[in-house]
Amino acid sequence: MSEQLPAFIIVAPLIGACLIFIAGFTRRGLCYPLAMVSMVVALGSSIGVLHQVLVDGPLIYKLGGWDPPWGIVYNVDALNALVLAVVAAVALVNLVASRQFIDAQPFYRIGAFYALYILAVTGLMGMVITGDVFNLYVLLEIASLTGYALVAMGDDRAPLSALNYVLVGTIGASFYLLGVGFLYAMTGSLNMVDIAQRLPGLYGSTAVFAAFVMIMVGIWFKAAFFPLHSWLPNAYTYAPPPSAGLLAPLMTKVMIYVMIRMMLTVFTPAYSFSFGLLNQVVVWLAVIAIVAGAIMALAAKDFKRLLAYIIVSEVGYMVGGAWLGNRLGMTGSMLHLVNDAAMTLCVFLAAAALSFRLKDTKLTSFQGLFKTMPFTMGALVIGGLSIIGVPPTCGFFSKWYLISAGIQAGAWGYIAALLFSSLVNLILFFKIFEIAYFEPFSAHGHGHDNGGHGQVSALAVREAPAQVVVPLVVTAIGLVVLGLYSKELVAGVIDLGLPLGLK
Amino acid sequence: MDDLLSKIAGGYNYIAYITIMMIGLYAVIAKRNLVKKIIGMSIFQTAIILFYISIGAKKGATIPILMHDHGPEAAEHAIKAADYINPLPHVLMLTAIVVAVATLGVALSLAVKVYQRYGTLEEPEIQDQINKS
Amino acid sequence: MEHSVNSIVPLLAVLVSIAVVPGLASARWPNVREGFTFAAGVIKLLLVISLVPAVLAGQVVLCHVVEVLPGVAIALKVDALGLIFALVASILWIVTSAYSIGYMRGLDEHSQTRYYSFFALALSATIGVAFSANLLTLYLFYEMLSLSTWPLVTHHQDREARSSGRKYLLYIVGSSIGLLLPAVLITYGLAGTGEFSAAGVLAGKAPYWLVLVLMLMYVFGLAKAGVMPLHSWLPAAMVAPTPVSALLHAVAVVKVGVFSIVRVLTGIFGVGLLAEMDLGLVLGYIASFTVIVASLIALSQDELKRRLAFSTIGQLSYIILGLSLLVPIGVTGGVLHIVMHAFGKITLFFCAGAIFVATGRKYISQMNGLGRRMPLTLTAFLVGSLSVIGLPPAGGFISKWFLLVGTMDAHRVVFMVVLLVSSLLNAAYFLPIVYRGFFKKATEPEFQMGFKEAPSWCLAPLLITAFCSLLLFFYPQPFLRLTQIAVAGLFGG
Repeated sequence: MSEQLPAFIIVAPLIGACLIFIAGFTRRGLCYPLAMVSMVVALGSSIGVLHQVLVDGPLIYKLGGWDPPWGIVYNVDALNALVLAVVAAVALVNLVASRQFIDAQPFYRIGAFYALYILAVTGLMGMVITGDVFNLYVLLEIASLTGYALVAMGDDRAPLSALNYVLVGTIGASFYLLGVGFLYAMTGSLNMVDIAQRLPGLYGSTAVFAAFVMIMVGIWFKAAFFPLHSWLPNAYTYAPPPSAGLLAPLMTKVMIYVMIRMMLTVFTPAYSFSFGLLNQVVVWLAVIAIVAGAIMALAAKDFKRLLAYIIVSEVGYMVGGAWLGNRLGMTGSMLHLVNDAAMTLCVFLAAAALSFRLKDTKLTSFQGLFKTMPFTMGALVIGGLSIIGVPPTCGFFSKWYLISAGIQAGAWGYIAALLFSSLVNLILFFKIFEIAYFEPFSAHGHGHDNGGHGQVSALAVREAPAQVVVPLVVTAIGLVVLGLYSKELVAGVIDLGLPLGLK
Repeated sequence: MDDLLSKIAGGYNYIAYITIMMIGLYAVIAKRNLVKKIIGMSIFQTAIILFYISIGAKKGATIPILMHDHGPEAAEHAIKAADYINPLPHVLMLTAIVVAVATLGVALSLAVKVYQRYGTLEEPEIQDQINKS
Repeated sequence: MEHSVNSIVPLLAVLVSIAVVPGLASARWPNVREGFTFAAGVIKLLLVISLVPAVLAGQVVLCHVVEVLPGVAIALKVDALGLIFALVASILWIVTSAYSIGYMRGLDEHSQTRYYSFFALALSATIGVAFSANLLTLYLFYEMLSLSTWPLVTHHQDREARSSGRKYLLYIVGSSIGLLLPAVLITYGLAGTGEFSAAGVLAGKAPYWLVLVLMLMYVFGLAKAGVMPLHSWLPAAMVAPTPVSALLHAVAVVKVGVFSIVRVLTGIFGVGLLAEMDLGLVLGYIASFTVIVASLIALSQDELKRRLAFSTIGQLSYIILGLSLLVPIGVTGGVLHIVMHAFGKITLFFCAGAIFVATGRKYISQMNGLGRRMPLTLTAFLVGSLSVIGLPPAGGFISKWFLLVGTMDAHRVVFMVVLLVSSLLNAAYFLPIVYRGFFKKATEPEFQMGFKEAPSWCLAPLLITAFCSLLLFFYPQPFLRLTQIAVAGLFGG
């Protein structure tokens, strides 16, 4: 039983998604419980697998009993076991918060939403766990296609944003597929471990280099690495809150993991970090991504759009950290991946809670929210502090690693970009807190000089329903807990997953 | 492997698929009509399918089906890999085609929704409407 | 050599005021809420005092909280230096709580629950900084203090408060992210540790230029110390209610800044390294510049609280100046000045607040003849002024005496001149206020209507702190003894 756990991670949600789809036509009430059950099973199996990996070391699961490199295998080491657990946990927490929104949707969407949601999670988890580069492509498309549909479920500009996402996303996935084709032509294998064993003789080959670059570019499209991010802001701004809550924390993060996996497992650090110039160029691209994301976020007038640009910035953090070429940087990148998934979940759940009551997420509608929605805003404060990087929230500790890695690598531009982005995040979040704290200016004598401009609605707002607020508060507390357990995460998990050769 | 490299450099099939790919990419980037963009996306995907097919193709080879039983005489008909086409790229492309069709379906249905919302598929006109509202 | 004991008391002392926040926030009646505040204050003070005997016996109290990164822990350490600061902060918190009640009720301020909650948080952070055992812990509590005081500074929630709040955040948090954080990380990168120890951790690990750059990053990164040119958040933050200005901006926040500088320079660089590289001189000139310029600016301020703010900026740099001398007596003077200035300056702020509550006046030019109406307050103001100027019979004389002797000891005549000139300037901007109040003819009609002091909740605290200032002149032993232990520890004797 326990040796079948890796399969459960994928099979449970896959079956769950099919059942939900059917239930959507016949017994609509079953959709949500089914989704919950499949997510709980997936989370349980992920944690079980993580435990097994930590105790017994990396494991290989042969799908259908076929031996590699012919059959598809799941390779699980400490890194992807960790990412699996994070994906499952984030998806579960967001699912709990989703119900209030989905129940308010037209009836025909309920089954479709839950089925797509669970299928998207299947795709994301599959990408993380699979040991086969083509299988990864298929799962990437599963996650993407469901992601497009989930985004398109929103109102207003959502379909247009989703269509843009489809176009860009497909180009990205195609680049990846092309790179895989090159790799296959050179090595004759699709199995990651197998490719890694055959590659060393081919390191000088232009075709392998082309494969490397194409795979990276493909992944960067999907990870929204500046300047390939154009799909992201609109998609996450107009997506319905439950979809944004799933995709924003996970899609880019999983792609970053795939990038790290490709760099570490398929091409191995010996190859990935052998191009001095390429590495520097990528780190500088990351610097540009961080700065550009920060600046665009400053200009945003809508809360969700602001958060979307922060994601663009954070992707720069992780790509840059991974490409610094040292162990600290890779550790920081992985730690930030986990932390950023949690932070993004926290702020997007807060956005969901706010949009539940405010009907929009324009920054100007945030007036007086500290009074009217204290729990939501409290959680948002913690999420914001974590993104700024204030101890003891988790965001501080991954930034600590990333900056230390920058110091070690002498990448001063990268350090400056990280600090710049921290400052911009400080301004961004305190801009929000300020609006929520100050306005409408207190009627208590001191200076209500802009009173009476008709924004009374702010005072009529109530706290969001418990089903949204509880997951939000749990996530916010989780940010602090994650921060305090950073050492366990780094020394006990991430360090085990990184190759020993990486210094 | 070096001859493979030179093949990549000189093979007409590669030039063909790269040309097709660029046509697709051009359409996605430069066309203002959403359906044309979707068509460009499809062309792009097709080019990659072509690429896979072409790396699996081989002149004069046959499909990889064993003509003889596993019985004692099977040993007389030893399998010569050179006589067969590598089937794997083709099989992969079956999957890729399914993915491409699904993507096309999603894209077209989104285009329908966009049309319902804005009454047009021309991007500049849609942009005008967005700016106005 | 000193030996250490493990104890959970320091952690409790830090956490006790966080623990009352839920109580504060949920209290239905103001009396219950303020009861919580007092209870936390008294418990905190008792916890801090309970650490005194151990420290006097030459011990160091350690409390390892959690190791957050491999080799980097959140840990608390109580030594004499930290204890002095914690004692001052926790004593003055109780006094300020009493004053807050008088002030906030007297002016019928809004959102008092929020006010007391963040006040408690800020105090926790202050004690946390005092007891930090390493750079990470210090940074954690330093940021916690910055963020928890933001709602206090912006308490009035009007446009002025908002712009001051922006300035406050930008200066304080901006400098800590932009300068302090990289400095901390570089330190960890170079030394592999950030634990404070008298020998320092950087010796032999970095070239001269890097040590110099790091020192400047720390001095300016810890912008709460108000070293020019990163000082202008402090006058801006005077929009806060007066008790906040008093405790946070004359005692907790700014003192956390200088305390952190003292801690980092002695604990990370080490007195030996600073002396060897002759960095004291650089530090001394930076501090002297601030001392003189701040005093000159203070002369021209008409708003009482702003004048006090600039005076604070100057006085803070005294402490840094004392440290920069790098001789035991000079450092003793600097550390003692943390104590003496705290009692003196809080008295002055309390007086400013009391005058505002009783008369609504906040400009010095409106205070002619005030002494007839508020003689007790103005007398207390005189005592506070004497202490800050450094004249007997107030506590400030002692610290300034040590500072002057220190300059002679270190053969830094320039700095002695700076101290003397600055004292004259101090007298020039404080004594005229007292003169106006007592001897000038009242221009405001209501001042002639006879004796009317601020409410007793306001009055009592300022009388107590004024009395303490006098007491510290005649009986400085408790703090002096602790300071000597601290300084002996720093100089490895």
